[in-house]
Amino acid sequence: MIEAVGLTKRYGDKTAVYNLSFQVRPGAVTGFLGPNGSGKSTTMRMILGLDNPTSGAVTIGGYPYRRLPNAPRQVGALLDAKAVHGGRSARSHLLSLAQLSGIPARRVDEVLGVVGLQEVAKKRSKGFSLGMGQRLGIAAALLGDPQVLLFDEPVNGLDPEGILWVRNLMKALAAEGRTVFVSSHLMSEMALTADHLIVIGRGQLLADMSVTEFISANSADFARVRTPDTEPQLREKLSSALTEAGGHVLPEQDGALRVTGLPLPRISDLAHEADVRLWELSPHQASLEEAYMRMTQGAVDYRSTIDQKAGLQQPLPPGAQPPMPVPGQGQPGWYAPPPPQQGGHPFAMPAPSGPYGGAPAGAYGAPGAGAPNPYAAPAAQAPQASPVPQAQPPVAAPPAPAAAPSQSAPAAPAADPTQPEDAR
Amino acid sequence: MSTHQPPMPQAPAAAPEWQAAPGGNHPGYSSPIPVVRTHLGHALASEWTKIKSVRSTMWTLGVFVLLVVGIGLLAGVAVRGSGDLSGQSPLTLGFFGLLIGMMCVITLGVLTTASEYGTGMIRTTMTACPSRGRVLAAKSIVFFVLAFAVTLAVVSFVAMLQASMLDGQGAKSPSTGEWLKATLGISLYIALLGLLSLLVGSMIRHSAGAITIMIGTVLAPLVIALFMNASSLEKVQTALLEYSIPSQMGVFYDNTLSHSGPSGWDPLWIMLGVTAAAYAGAYALLHSRDV
Repeated sequence: MIEAVGLTKRYGDKTAVYNLSFQVRPGAVTGFLGPNGSGKSTTMRMILGLDNPTSGAVTIGGYPYRRLPNAPRQVGALLDAKAVHGGRSARSHLLSLAQLSGIPARRVDEVLGVVGLQEVAKKRSKGFSLGMGQRLGIAAALLGDPQVLLFDEPVNGLDPEGILWVRNLMKALAAEGRTVFVSSHLMSEMALTADHLIVIGRGQLLADMSVTEFISANSADFARVRTPDTEPQLREKLSSALTEAGGHVLPEQDGALRVTGLPLPRISDLAHEADVRLWELSPHQASLEEAYMRMTQGAVDYRSTIDQKAGLQQPLPPGAQPPMPVPGQGQPGWYAPPPPQQGGHPFAMPAPSGPYGGAPAGAYGAPGAGAPNPYAAPAAQAPQASPVPQAQPPVAAPPAPAAAPSQSAPAAPAADPTQPEDAR
Repeated sequence: MSTHQPPMPQAPAAAPEWQAAPGGNHPGYSSPIPVVRTHLGHALASEWTKIKSVRSTMWTLGVFVLLVVGIGLLAGVAVRGSGDLSGQSPLTLGFFGLLIGMMCVITLGVLTTASEYGTGMIRTTMTACPSRGRVLAAKSIVFFVLAFAVTLAVVSFVAMLQASMLDGQGAKSPSTGEWLKATLGISLYIALLGLLSLLVGSMIRHSAGAITIMIGTVLAPLVIALFMNASSLEKVQTALLEYSIPSQMGVFYDNTLSHSGPSGWDPLWIMLGVTAAAYAGAYALLHSRDV
């Protein structure tokens, strides 16, 4: 078990990790997520005693790493696959690590076999590909047959076979009762591998919960509504009707509408009232990636933008359509309409007193207590709906100033039919 | 501050059991491989594997041997051709090869530590052995023993070769004390110089930077002193000349620029003091800095 209490790390005046507390329990794969520069690697280094925390402490099995007796036999880590001397052969590298902790040399050949590097065991690791380096790093982590394992981006550069292998390896290690702590940017991987998630942004804890809870608490569930392509005026009509009823409508590239804030039956009723035929009305639940994007969008330090090529482009010939942007590119609100309070934290968190003053303030209830269902969320927020317009992504049509109580009241109970969607 | 602690369906039993037995004995999984208590011996074995499994060790030491033997032989042949040694010790001729060759030992010393920082290997090492002092001690011992053994072998070989080449050419036959100084003494001095480089490498954490600093330390005093002609600086000039590393090395061969500076085995004690201070500095920095 890994336990961090009030972990803080400052580099000069930059705070990399601030007041981070979490527990990583044995018997499960715990995913460690966060945008680039959010402090994941710094946290991993502090767990391993490489960096000294500015304040707070992190222990493994009750001991700080540097005071663990024969630490590599209890904790194995893959921090950085490139953290090897390229001039040394894979076997010599592992042998030197094995000797440090008194592991018999035959274990070296064993782990080389486990990661599939026997063929190149005598080759210098300088010539290894990214994936081979990664396998060597995993071999080093497995060498001590430890109880606690840390992996920083383990599937980086691995081929599909290797990714599948790592996925199964993590699960197998956890099933043996070990503590497995994995950081990754690959959300699809995490959704398949992890049982539990710890999400940080700008060095602070954003979430500590199971994967299913995380998705349902942060999911951007929406309904896709398609009106007949042949009659664009119907689309406009429905769009304004839905907006009036308190829904958020985002146009999709193919002409469909992405509606949030209204349960499916209500959308159907509204369409019926407005006398609009529907070609599609389908529920969509967010993936882990979308849930993650939604949660961390306020905490991203390095954000990509559209390449404008200003002044470099030929003016478009008259009559030509400007190309449609790829969905999501340069549209921060694409993944989800943000929760009612922009960047708001969906969980009951102590008011942040940290260095990031602008960080989430409000909480609309813990996932257990408050309804995480976004369809119901506008109803719950109706009395104080004023922040909603600022929270809208730029592409969204501004909603009606406030959802009328008469409308929101039926909306809340009507949200129930979508509940199974969330729980999925 | 983990505010929300959801129930953990994955390991409901493990958590309380864990809290009942904190410490080394983890519940859930225990390795079939016996866990041993590690000590300096393990770190020494590991460092020996490391130093012998990189090519830079072979290259630097190979060039070192070639330089010392080659230049020693050339000097011997040259002196033999001129014929007259007029009572000089033949051991003096071994000095020239070492003057150049010590650069190789310095380079290897720096690389032993700094290359781990350059490649990132140090993070792997420090994860595998969180006792940082032990790693530094193991590196120092392994390098020192290796550098000393190689230097002693080469220097002794060259000294015997030169002594036999110049036998009967009018050279005086050196005393036991002179033999000891020109073999054991200079080998210890060179190995300590290499160890100092290793410690500087550990403090600077950058190969090129540390090598530059060490070569500067070796050469700069001599070069500066050469151009210090003002009479008011005469004392400084003399001190720089006498305590520059090449002239301290000359002391082991009774081949010095002046006769007021360190003599006998003094250079070894001076180098020992400097290295001890550097060791303390490197140890303190290693403990306080982030890897």
